[in-house]
Amino acid sequence: MSFELSKEQLMIQKMARDFARKELAPLAAERDEKHLYPADSLKKMGELGLLGMLVSEKYGGEDMGTVSYALALSEIAAACASTAVIMSVHNSICCGSIEKFGTEEQKQEFLVPMTAGEIIGAFALTEPEAGSDAQAIECSAAKQGDHYLINGTKRFITSGKNGGVTILLARTKPEGSDAITAFLITPDMPGFKVDKVEDKMGQCASDTVDLVFTDCKVPVSRVLGEEGKGFTVAMSGLDAGRIGIASLSLGLAQAAMDEAVKYAKQRKQFGQPIANFQGLQWMLADMAIDIEAARLLVLNAAAMKDRGENCTMAASMAKCFASEMANRVTGHAVQIHGGYGYIKEYPVERFYRDARILTIYEGTNQIQRHVIARELLKKGK
Amino acid sequence: MNILVCVKRVPDSSENEIRLNRAGNDIDTDDLVYAVNEWDNYAVEEAIQIVDKVGGSVTVVSVGTEENEEILRREMAMGAESGVLLSDPLFEDADGRKLAAILSAYIDKNKFDLVLCGAQADEGGAQVGGMLAAMQDKPFASLVNMIEVLDEKKLKIGREIEGGSQEISEIELPCVLSIQTGINEPRYVSIRGIRKVASVEIPTLGASDIGFTDTPLRLQKLEYFQPELGAGAEMLEGSDEEMADKLVALLQAKGGIK
Ligand SMILES: Cc1cc2nc3c(=O)[nH]c(=O)nc-3n(C[C@H](O)[C@H](O)[C@H](O)COP(=O)(O)OP(=O)(O)OC[C@H]3O[C@@H](n4cnc5c(N)ncnc54)[C@H](O)[C@@H]3O)c2cc1C
Repeated sequence: MSFELSKEQLMIQKMARDFARKELAPLAAERDEKHLYPADSLKKMGELGLLGMLVSEKYGGEDMGTVSYALALSEIAAACASTAVIMSVHNSICCGSIEKFGTEEQKQEFLVPMTAGEIIGAFALTEPEAGSDAQAIECSAAKQGDHYLINGTKRFITSGKNGGVTILLARTKPEGSDAITAFLITPDMPGFKVDKVEDKMGQCASDTVDLVFTDCKVPVSRVLGEEGKGFTVAMSGLDAGRIGIASLSLGLAQAAMDEAVKYAKQRKQFGQPIANFQGLQWMLADMAIDIEAARLLVLNAAAMKDRGENCTMAASMAKCFASEMANRVTGHAVQIHGGYGYIKEYPVERFYRDARILTIYEGTNQIQRHVIARELLKKGK
Repeated sequence: MNILVCVKRVPDSSENEIRLNRAGNDIDTDDLVYAVNEWDNYAVEEAIQIVDKVGGSVTVVSVGTEENEEILRREMAMGAESGVLLSDPLFEDADGRKLAAILSAYIDKNKFDLVLCGAQADEGGAQVGGMLAAMQDKPFASLVNMIEVLDEKKLKIGREIEGGSQEISEIELPCVLSIQTGINEPRYVSIRGIRKVASVEIPTLGASDIGFTDTPLRLQKLEYFQPELGAGAEMLEGSDEEMADKLVALLQAKGGIK
């Protein structure tokens, strides 16, 4: 297998890099420190087409394919991982499932402004008592004539506060494989409340919140897909979502390595640049190997998806490997910086914190391994 | 208005650490990442804005190898309607004068109302615009930071003068202008722009196509180096804060601040 990026893909990568370096990188440290949501940048990203990359042109999207998307997302992540996770949830999961399952009206109302970057999407599955075990969600939706009454709490929802529409998964039946339904929730609905805003270790410019529903009245027209088909909706975005987080991991690690290389060449100890010491050279070499391996896994999963092949296992492998790789590489980058790597003035300090969540959200890496093993055992005789 | 913008492919200083080559007469060009010359990007943006207002078309032209297609395509993705690559073994290692002569030969075969160049490029010669105007026998203004189209025959232009003063002049079309950064805010390339141009053929013209005959180089680079630190010069090293602390200490020691 070999990859040669097309002219178009290379141009998109460059364009995203250009934008990220000029518009996101200079603000990333302050946004992280003050927990500032990157609203202005997201607006510009919408204008450039970065927020509807996988959506068809009919709804204002770019229909670019997953490889281009992965390349662009990596570049955004190299400058600001918080912005990248917002972009990932928005593109991979939210836009994707609305395009696939939404009615024409829902697409006009939500998808069109989403691809333009006017509203950002959030996806609410996790609950206080249901994380990895997503089937255990308790948030309930009881049908009453032309609307549903929703009750329950969602936890750790990215863009839950600053997003304009949330895809909510709630239980419409006590049990069974058709018990879960997806809804499109907007902040104006009575009974919808943004509750606790989490104070996190990293990715602090993206909001992670509790959403509380108390007899929240949601019209029937806001069901996404069919009643009882919520999991089909939720699962449809999984592969793209995992490729998204893998791409984010890749970009973040690349940025950390670039910083480490720069620093090692410039910092002198024992009368010479520390890059001369083999102990550090071997760390740098390991980082480069790690990143390259992840890049191939990510691009391979993305290319499989673009070819319409089943990429579930490839996407899980990419997510699993790239997220662990990003933790190793950002850790090395801090180490190479010595004490300065522990200080907020140096970006590797933020990279290290930003990397930690990558093995946890979008399905923990234990769950990814479970998926990989399941696919593997399914194939064997 | 038909506008031609001359664009150069230069090493991207944000991406590269610039090093000397072995011969010591130029920079080492292995493994460099290239981009469009920053000044030229402002010139293209200005041309697009003018055409948006008064109609016409923007053509971008670059002298170089097929690798220059990349920057032509980028500027076309910004909104330039067409791109032309001028490429020929005869064009290699051109100095400012020869570059101007190549561009002038191309312009002779085409009609443009306005030709824009960046004020300067990576090598800081700032020669091409002025020489090109002279060869074309057209009016020229350098370091332009404002353009207003008065009518089909005239532009009002602004120039920033040393010390921050502003000069406003009128110039007749057709003319050549060299553009200063800051004249506008160049747009980012959008994905839609990229899709439009990613697979367009970019025509390549050689010396015979444009009727260019070789001219000997009149400026030859001999050496290229970074000067040794002289006595009395000291480079501060370390983090920003460390450097600031050292600077304050130095200034205090010399009585510059109390
Ligand atoms: C910053 C952030 C953003 C997030 N964004 C979103 C979002 O936008 N939308 C959303 O719905 N959720 C979001 N989440 C939630 C995230 O997806 C969950 O935290 C994650 O799925 C894990 O669930 P949990 O935290 O309840 O951990 P648990 O499921 O309780 O897991 C605890 C540990 O047990 C392990 N474990 C669990 N089950 C098994 C098993 N069967 N085999 C082996 N190990 C197992 C896990 O891997 C983990 O190590 C976000 C979380 C964070 C922190």
